[in-house]
Amino acid sequence: MEVTVLLFAAHRELAGSGSTVVSLPEGATAGALLETLRGRGGGWTQLPARSAVAVNRRYATADTVLREGDEVALIPPVAGG
Amino acid sequence: MIWSDVLLEPIDPAAVLDRVGDPRDGAVVLFLGIVRNANEGRPVSGMEYDGYIEMAREQLAAIAGEAAERAGSDRVAVAHRLGALDIGEVSVAIAASTPHRAEAFDAARHVIEEIKKRLPVWKREHYLDREAAWLDGRLPAAAASR
Repeated sequence: MEVTVLLFAAHRELAGSGSTVVSLPEGATAGALLETLRGRGGGWTQLPARSAVAVNRRYATADTVLREGDEVALIPPVAGG
Repeated sequence: MIWSDVLLEPIDPAAVLDRVGDPRDGAVVLFLGIVRNANEGRPVSGMEYDGYIEMAREQLAAIAGEAAERAGSDRVAVAHRLGALDIGEVSVAIAASTPHRAEAFDAARHVIEEIKKRLPVWKREHYLDREAAWLDGRLPAAAASR
């Protein structure tokens, strides 16, 4: 299955991209997605092993099971206001 | 009315204030977040706000709804801005009105504190020496870890 990953702020600079499509085995979790991204080499390895994630614009956890077509955002520590 | 938005254009605080108020209300609170000229002693020339705008809009609507419920008032309005802001510009405007003051202060306070905890927005500070840095923020509660 494929999911779309969105990257913001410092994460986007590390990855050199604001979005990417990732192929994962069925049943993969958000945590597994993060490991896959970190395994890409280059700046991707500097993504934090622990990051907040949102799946389809809702906060999720590392255990959240992803589905085909999900929009998964890595959420760096937030600093609004 | 309960109103919220995430904007790329300048915020007009008077327009946010106009969205609250009612003949029942004896208290109106307006909170403004402003870009200041220094952070931890280092002179700042401006602030760049980045955000996951679609999710930020949903989260801000949820936060405004919670604040209204706490206050027992449906008069809560909040706008958050994204983009490049100069010193003195408004990054966030929150208005709340209630019959008595405690609930209005509480509602406005709730909105700004929750924004800082969970609104998917980031800021990059630009310094007078032309360097820039993403500010350290807070990891939202439902963090993925393994």
